[in-house]
Amino acid sequence: MSGMSRAFADLPLALTYARRELRTGLKGFRIFLACLALGVAAIAGVGSVSTAMLDGIQSNARELLGGDIDIRKIYQPADPEQRAYLEREGARVSEIVSMRSMSRTVSGQESALVELKAVDRAYPLVGALTVEPAAPLQDLMAERNGVFGAIVEPALAARLDLAVGDRFKLGDAELELRAIVTDEPDRVINFASFGPRVLISTEALPATGLVQLGSLIRYHYRVLLPTGTDPGRWMDALSDAFPDAGWRVRGLDNATPGYERFTDRVTLFLTLVGLTALLVGGVGVVMAVKSYLDGKTETVATLKCLGASGGFVFKTYLAVVLVLGAVGVVLGLAVGALAPLAAAQFANAMLPFEIPTRIYPVPLALAALYGMMTALTFSLWPLGKALEIKAAQLFRSSIAPLGGRPRWRIVLATGISAALLAALAILGSRDAGFATAFVVGSLAAVALFLGASWLVMRLATLAGRPRDPELRMALANLHRPGAPTPGVVLALGLGLTVLVTVALIQANLNRQVNEQIPHNAPAFFFIDIQPHQIAEFREVVGAVEGVSDVRVTPMVRGRITEIKGVPVAEAQVDPEVAWALNGDRGVTYSAEKPETAELESGAWWPSDYSGPPLISLDSRLAEGFGVEIGDSITLNVLGRPITGEVANTRVIEWGSLRMNFTFVFAPGVIETAPHTLISTLRVADPSIEAAVQRAVSNALPNVTAIRVKEALNAANRILEAVAISVRATAAVTLIAGTLVLAGAVAAGHARRVRDAIILKVLGATRIRIVKTYLLEYGLLGLATALIASVLGSGIAFGVVTQVMRSDFVLSVTAVATTAAVATVITLSMGFIGTWRALGQRPAGLLRNE
Amino acid sequence: MTSPDSIGPIVDLSGVTLNLRSGAGEVNVLRGIDLTIGAGEVVGIVGPSGAGKSTLMMITAGLETPTSGSVMVAGQQLNGLNEDRLALFRRANVGIVFQAFRLVPTMTALENVAIPLELAGRADAFEAAEEGLRQVGLAHRVTHYPDQLSGGEQQRVAVARAFVAKPRLILADEPTGNLDGQTGDAVIETLFGLARDHGTTLMLITHDMEIAKLCGRVVRIADGLIAEDSRSDRAAAE
Repeated sequence: MSGMSRAFADLPLALTYARRELRTGLKGFRIFLACLALGVAAIAGVGSVSTAMLDGIQSNARELLGGDIDIRKIYQPADPEQRAYLEREGARVSEIVSMRSMSRTVSGQESALVELKAVDRAYPLVGALTVEPAAPLQDLMAERNGVFGAIVEPALAARLDLAVGDRFKLGDAELELRAIVTDEPDRVINFASFGPRVLISTEALPATGLVQLGSLIRYHYRVLLPTGTDPGRWMDALSDAFPDAGWRVRGLDNATPGYERFTDRVTLFLTLVGLTALLVGGVGVVMAVKSYLDGKTETVATLKCLGASGGFVFKTYLAVVLVLGAVGVVLGLAVGALAPLAAAQFANAMLPFEIPTRIYPVPLALAALYGMMTALTFSLWPLGKALEIKAAQLFRSSIAPLGGRPRWRIVLATGISAALLAALAILGSRDAGFATAFVVGSLAAVALFLGASWLVMRLATLAGRPRDPELRMALANLHRPGAPTPGVVLALGLGLTVLVTVALIQANLNRQVNEQIPHNAPAFFFIDIQPHQIAEFREVVGAVEGVSDVRVTPMVRGRITEIKGVPVAEAQVDPEVAWALNGDRGVTYSAEKPETAELESGAWWPSDYSGPPLISLDSRLAEGFGVEIGDSITLNVLGRPITGEVANTRVIEWGSLRMNFTFVFAPGVIETAPHTLISTLRVADPSIEAAVQRAVSNALPNVTAIRVKEALNAANRILEAVAISVRATAAVTLIAGTLVLAGAVAAGHARRVRDAIILKVLGATRIRIVKTYLLEYGLLGLATALIASVLGSGIAFGVVTQVMRSDFVLSVTAVATTAAVATVITLSMGFIGTWRALGQRPAGLLRNE
Repeated sequence: MTSPDSIGPIVDLSGVTLNLRSGAGEVNVLRGIDLTIGAGEVVGIVGPSGAGKSTLMMITAGLETPTSGSVMVAGQQLNGLNEDRLALFRRANVGIVFQAFRLVPTMTALENVAIPLELAGRADAFEAAEEGLRQVGLAHRVTHYPDQLSGGEQQRVAVARAFVAKPRLILADEPTGNLDGQTGDAVIETLFGLARDHGTTLMLITHDMEIAKLCGRVVRIADGLIAEDSRSDRAAAE
């Protein structure tokens, strides 16, 4: 018989013995099951919801895109030749014009920022716009008695106190509110949307006077392709026909790239949180399997005495663990599979599509694999130690579990299994770099916590023999052989570290948004000011008392097309700055170095510079693009390619909300392009903000006012929503840590009962016994909280200063709250365990002894 | 493995010593044991606590490796065998009965008795186990779990398990130590009866001199050495 077949020859019998072991039920494995189920449920849930979201997007791609193809031009509409091509090559074409603007009540007393969308008669090519009261779209928007109709979102009607039939102003035009939009099939999912939607017809647009040269206007052309047309080829042909059109073309496979990116990032983050929960749960697995096998020492020794080999025993108990692991995984999958249903209930109202409530096998299979690999990786070590149990132990009066490490073969197998789990985490992730950093960070955190737990035990040893007997016993319990200190410090510590990190990052973000930005930021941004309106603008805002620091800067928008002569599609760019290539960037020009600009490299051009285009670039973009002084960057500005040489790089503090531009050109190029101006100003008192907005929107209806306070409120709302979800996921990790602690308490219950009874027999009162155990758990909780606070603060410091590039302030409240949470959790668990131990009557145990 | 028909002693220990390290220094548990036990002999091992009785039994079962000396059991030299080879040796040649029964709590009486046969790959494991239980008077308890049996019944299951694979040597370590007098007597009767019926060699550790007197030969261990090795009159007559 070959070695391999010999190794498997006794497998059927090992499985039979495993089945016999499992007949006694799940006793002793509840924590094991809960740890695995929690981690698997988190990963399966995140994966299922994410897949359901992308499935929802794909199933509704035509509605979301508004056709088979979406072509977008900024500033200028398609020229007649381009229009003719689209009409000729497409089955149907629809034109949509969108921009930000101000709407006002007829009296001019109230005004609001809105997202305007002017649609032609072909709109919508796909799906249906649902309005209340229901009526044909074109009828609602048509001109009646010299007034065009408008359809608005409920938020605007509430803001301007409008009812159907009322009139309001948009630019120069007076419009009649004819209906409220309840479902817009191609609503862009935009997290930074500041204003509610206003829909009018393209015929009404000229009357508003908003279409002005240089204003930020987006022209969309939605195309339905003739049946059987290949969209890829159609787009290639379009690109060949108009290579320099400067438009952005999207097909169904790329209907909502921003949203997909967002889903990807959130999924990545939440999956890693799920993996952290699984890692913490892994500690619970180790402790549960160890505790279980400690109870099986006699059985293992008996089987060995009766002629069972170590390999047979290993196979038997590995099968037990894997079967129970599978039960935990199935429980987790059942919860995870239902997650899309819960997400649909919660999010359908906020999304322009419905989340499909199907079961997605791929993310479930991946989560199952994670769960089983975790069960295997974390149980090999204690299983390996069971191999070392000697049959000779049966001749001793009490059979003690073994200490030390298992044989090298098992250590190696554990290492391989852990490496496979890490590889799965990296390969199964959508961002291998980030996942690798997570794996390395996790290993470092585990090593750090194990080191810290060793230190705690060492300090408890070094504390010697305090005079207080309760303290002496509590300290002894922390470092005695088989103490749960390493497991509890590791598991609870990891959970708490995540919580401290999240709490501190959130505290710093809140401070940034609610304290620093309002202090430094201007009150308003005004956009789309025409060059000829600048004097009037200054006059209007200057007339309002309390306005100061009015700054005006020219601006155009441009899309980066080449970096160092290489088209952006082929350029090697750091993913951190890839966002800069995804849309248009604000571009300005300036002869003088702006006061607030801080140069990092290069030199500012002379104020009388005239020569080839020079660029002052955001230093972070320069680093991410890999460009240095003297390298070239090409932008498409209003359809015209402009190549400039990088003359210097600037450090931009975006958090200041001052006027900042990633690109500043030297004079000589941009000012010749049609451009608008933007302005910022400060007010002495927030109460005059309404007056400023009113004055500008009445005098210059085409100028759009963005109130920083409202933008911050919107940012706060987003932050709050993000904070809730991040905290909820961080809580999953903490729950896993608490489960491990509960497992440790349960595993030590028999010892605790024995200790309590011996102490009672020796004359200790119940209060003294309680004090001992509470001291033990209090010390454990405090030590864990201290370590987690230091580590969590370090990680948060790194994220805030290096990733968010902001100042870090240690929030004592956030850290103290976490420390309190840790202490309360450990004390509660300890108290519950002690209370149960105290309830045991001495006589019963002593008789059995 | 050795043929059951081979001639020669079942247990042949020669110059066996065992030194163990402890916190207090090295302890000489066995200091040179020479012991030969023939086929079918019933040997009582007596001596004070800590004398080395259980250690002697562990070495005989291949559960402990001596520091020096030769251990030959059922014609098999145990020195130098690895743990798995020793397990196979025990499965074929040695049955053990413990003071604390050592039944697997998750298995029924029948399954407990069947373990040595199942491990040996015997297809008739359960039939033979059922016969074993019948021989110890527990045919009506086959489906009971250990915690559903009395102490005496548990020990009888352990006895049936020790004999089921028809080993050549039974080692019994204080088999009545956890039982009351009457139950203990019944277990001893079963144990001796089965040893006699099967012609099995029996090595029995006991503190009970009444039980020791029932053995054909009594070996007294004291301080890691054989202090006395005597045969009873009955054995001499036989």
